[in-house]
Amino acid sequence: MKRLLPMAFAAAGTVFLQGCAGWQSALDPKGPAASELAWLIWFFAGLCAVVWVLVMIALAAPLMMRARAQAQPLAVDAGADDRKLRVVMIAVGLTTAILVGLTLLSFFADRTLAAIGSDAVLTVRVTGHQWWWEVRYEDATPSRILTTANEIHIPSGEPVRLLLTSNDVIHSFWIPSLAGKLDLIPGHMNVLDIKADKPGVYRGQCAEFCGAQHANMGTFIIAEPRAKFDAWWNDQLQPAAAPTADEAKAGEELFLRRPCVMCHRIGGTPAGGTVAPDLTHIASRQTLAAGTLTMSRGNLAAWIADPQGIKPGSNMPVVEFSGDELNAVVAYLEGLK
Amino acid sequence: MSSADLASERAPATEREASAEGDLAPEHDGPRDTGMDDASLHGWLAGTWGTAPGIVGALSSVDHKVIARRYLITAFVFLCLGGLNAVAMRIQLSGPQRGLIGPDLYNQLFTMHGVTMMFLFAVPIVQATGIYLVPLMVGSRNIAFPRLNAFSYWVYLSGGVFAWISFLLNMAPDVGWFAYVPLSGPEFAPGKRADVWAQMITYTEVSSLAVAVATIVTVLKQRAPGMSLDKIPLYVWALLVTSFVVVFAMPAVMIASTFLILDRLVGTHIFNPAEGGDALLFQHLFWFFGHPEVYIIFLPATGMVSAIIPVFARRPVFGHLGLVLSLIAVGFLSFGLWVHHMFATGLPKLGASFFTASSMMIAIPNGVQIFCWLATFWDGRPVIRTPLLFVFGFFVIFVIGGLTGVMLASVPLDLQVHDTYFVVAHFHYVLIGGSVFPLLGAAYFWFPKISGRMLSERLGRWHFWLAFIGFNAAFFPMHLVGLWGMPRRVYTYPAELGWGNINLFISAGAILFFLSFVLFAFNLVHGALKGAPAGDNPWDAGTLEWATSSPPPSYNFARIPVVTHVEPLWAEREALPVATGLRVDVRELLISTVAEAHPDIREKSAAPSIWPLLAAVAVGGTFLFSIFTPWAIVWGAAPVAITLTGWFWPKGAPEDEE
Repeated sequence: MKRLLPMAFAAAGTVFLQGCAGWQSALDPKGPAASELAWLIWFFAGLCAVVWVLVMIALAAPLMMRARAQAQPLAVDAGADDRKLRVVMIAVGLTTAILVGLTLLSFFADRTLAAIGSDAVLTVRVTGHQWWWEVRYEDATPSRILTTANEIHIPSGEPVRLLLTSNDVIHSFWIPSLAGKLDLIPGHMNVLDIKADKPGVYRGQCAEFCGAQHANMGTFIIAEPRAKFDAWWNDQLQPAAAPTADEAKAGEELFLRRPCVMCHRIGGTPAGGTVAPDLTHIASRQTLAAGTLTMSRGNLAAWIADPQGIKPGSNMPVVEFSGDELNAVVAYLEGLK
Repeated sequence: MSSADLASERAPATEREASAEGDLAPEHDGPRDTGMDDASLHGWLAGTWGTAPGIVGALSSVDHKVIARRYLITAFVFLCLGGLNAVAMRIQLSGPQRGLIGPDLYNQLFTMHGVTMMFLFAVPIVQATGIYLVPLMVGSRNIAFPRLNAFSYWVYLSGGVFAWISFLLNMAPDVGWFAYVPLSGPEFAPGKRADVWAQMITYTEVSSLAVAVATIVTVLKQRAPGMSLDKIPLYVWALLVTSFVVVFAMPAVMIASTFLILDRLVGTHIFNPAEGGDALLFQHLFWFFGHPEVYIIFLPATGMVSAIIPVFARRPVFGHLGLVLSLIAVGFLSFGLWVHHMFATGLPKLGASFFTASSMMIAIPNGVQIFCWLATFWDGRPVIRTPLLFVFGFFVIFVIGGLTGVMLASVPLDLQVHDTYFVVAHFHYVLIGGSVFPLLGAAYFWFPKISGRMLSERLGRWHFWLAFIGFNAAFFPMHLVGLWGMPRRVYTYPAELGWGNINLFISAGAILFFLSFVLFAFNLVHGALKGAPAGDNPWDAGTLEWATSSPPPSYNFARIPVVTHVEPLWAEREALPVATGLRVDVRELLISTVAEAHPDIREKSAAPSIWPLLAAVAVGGTFLFSIFTPWAIVWGAAPVAITLTGWFWPKGAPEDEE
């Protein structure tokens, strides 16, 4: 039986080695906050491991003893107990010292984190919905305010202030490789500052149970150099590209005549719904349905045809389209770069 | 009730004649145990304290051992059901994008798993162990308020059955065991699922409160003569502290669940931010209960550890006073940490830091306990039997859970791991390591007392290693997958995140862990039917429950023992001194003073009655219908009032005579 133990650990080791470098991992930090936190995690974990090993040695020591436990249980050696008391006192003292140290460490780490976003220029309002993220870029000029969904573009190397709230239930915004999580609570506004050191795509997902599709509520931070980010913002401010091909034109008309417009907005068209993601530039996004599907013609068609099969319980209803109609709508949406 | 002059605790083996005096009229005085021979004493006491035959007799029983056995068996059934929930979830999560279980069922599964394990298994089973053992350990004939105790079981049973029937009807709560608003509120949880949660919580807590009250009074007032505060066994101390924690913590969650059902059923807006309510209020109320809840489950287990270690280390536990003070300190501090469950809600930094400090601080008394137990072992090689193996398992696992708890206490660190599988790993290490392993050890330790038969040592060792390996294989990798970004309560995950292999490994471990319980169930049945006879004290333990036969008679002790030492059976190897003077023709208890346990008065203990069952049915029915209409409270008040009147009706029977 005891020989099984090392075998189990060996098997476990092979499993643990893979997957360390995830793009949604707190141990693979890509920003100052997550780096500070990863350091904190390793430090705490290392210290805890040392303490655990010491406790295990103290536990194993009597098992190695030659002398058996006494037969007469009340014949306790008072002198030995006095010595034990000293050892226990020292152990309690050390425990207290370690805990005070960790408390201070935690407090100073918190201060470091709070300083990261103090000079943030860009403010993005993130509103949680069941089960997607509304993203609004604030600007002093009203015409430059931009609304999009699920993917948050930020300039790399610059701190960005996220204002977090919710439209329905409590969600939690979490990009492990950039920062710790913070809740989106209806009636409350939370502030989270993030910064990505380098350009890249950082995945995250909702971390507070929010109902049927909590598992499929992904989000992405897309960090780009400043110039590219500014160009992106300008592009996104443009109204939707008018379709040119016949099929896409037919698709636009179908979109506008069918229930789609009740929920979705497409800038530059009469579609003005605000309860579902803004589709003005949907084809420029990398994923569909809050990170559930990658963006492609096939997935667009699948999502429209069978949203309840892909994301059961989601608020996207099935809108009946014939095969040709579906192709047309997809052709239209695909052109919304 | 009368004052009586009972044999004092410092009169070993003298069965001093207790003289009736004062207000006790001689014509009301029946035969006493003084000077009675053993056979006729047994005859009298068995007749007075026994449970009547037949179905009505069984349903009317107020014997703490009968009630506790029912509790233990019921809680074990719920453990198996909760375990099956877990196995179903683990099969779904064993690979990315598996389609075995959809989100609707999965959300019910994890909610039922949490609710079952916390409210229907963990709290009831630690309290039930207390119901069985505390009266025996303090040397009393029954628990205080025996009818209330019987009532608590029926309420618990109906609450649990109600929750599980709702699961079979696809109506089980799907909002998590914590049921945060607004997700559980009227707007986002249509149907009756969240109502089932709210009412089930409220009434299983009624049962828990009832047991807590009975336990507190038993410990404070019914201790055997001579069991002064410093001679109370640590297990009993643990149950006493736990019961006080229950009394102060449970009302908070009952308020939360009642506010929730008011929002849902009556249309109040207590938690509705749009109408001036606040969603975070629910979390404060819930966790003000929820954190002490962890200690409600853990403290009795520390009591079990403190009971098992001295027996196999063959000496009294080291640092008895330190352990008692630690228990009390943990009980107090457990109320000052709830906010560490809410660090991610964006509370003011300074307030959050305070809770970091308090959460770290509770590790000090817990550390004191660990060090004292370790020091107890250092006199020589302990006798390793299955109960001790599980205690070793407790050390290995619980210390990991405690240390990851220190990590979670840090606000910034918590923001990375909160609501991830790291936390799932942490609290399973704390709850299974800290409570289930001691409980399993306790099962092997006290099964001989309860059944009169030993459990198989060989199967016990297999059980331990299977459980230990299965547990660690299932839960240790969860720390990692949590740090890799996997949140809790997800019914599936995308393949490209690379969590597939490790989840498959976890699922295999979980199934191994589940199988260990199948083996345990087999060992229990095998032991109960074919186990070797145990005798009164198979482990040569020192506390009072081992002074009586196995299983104990309905009256527990033929004569009330007198306590001279914290391990009375070790101090008095020949024969335990006893106190006499109690009547044998009616249910009479010896009530002693709170601090010194001087014998004080003789008190009648309630006779069996069917009314607690009827009252529980009335209360249960009221709660059940309140899910559908608030008027149920109005109409339900009548049967509740009638049954309570029946319960407390002065019948002129001897119990109310004096």
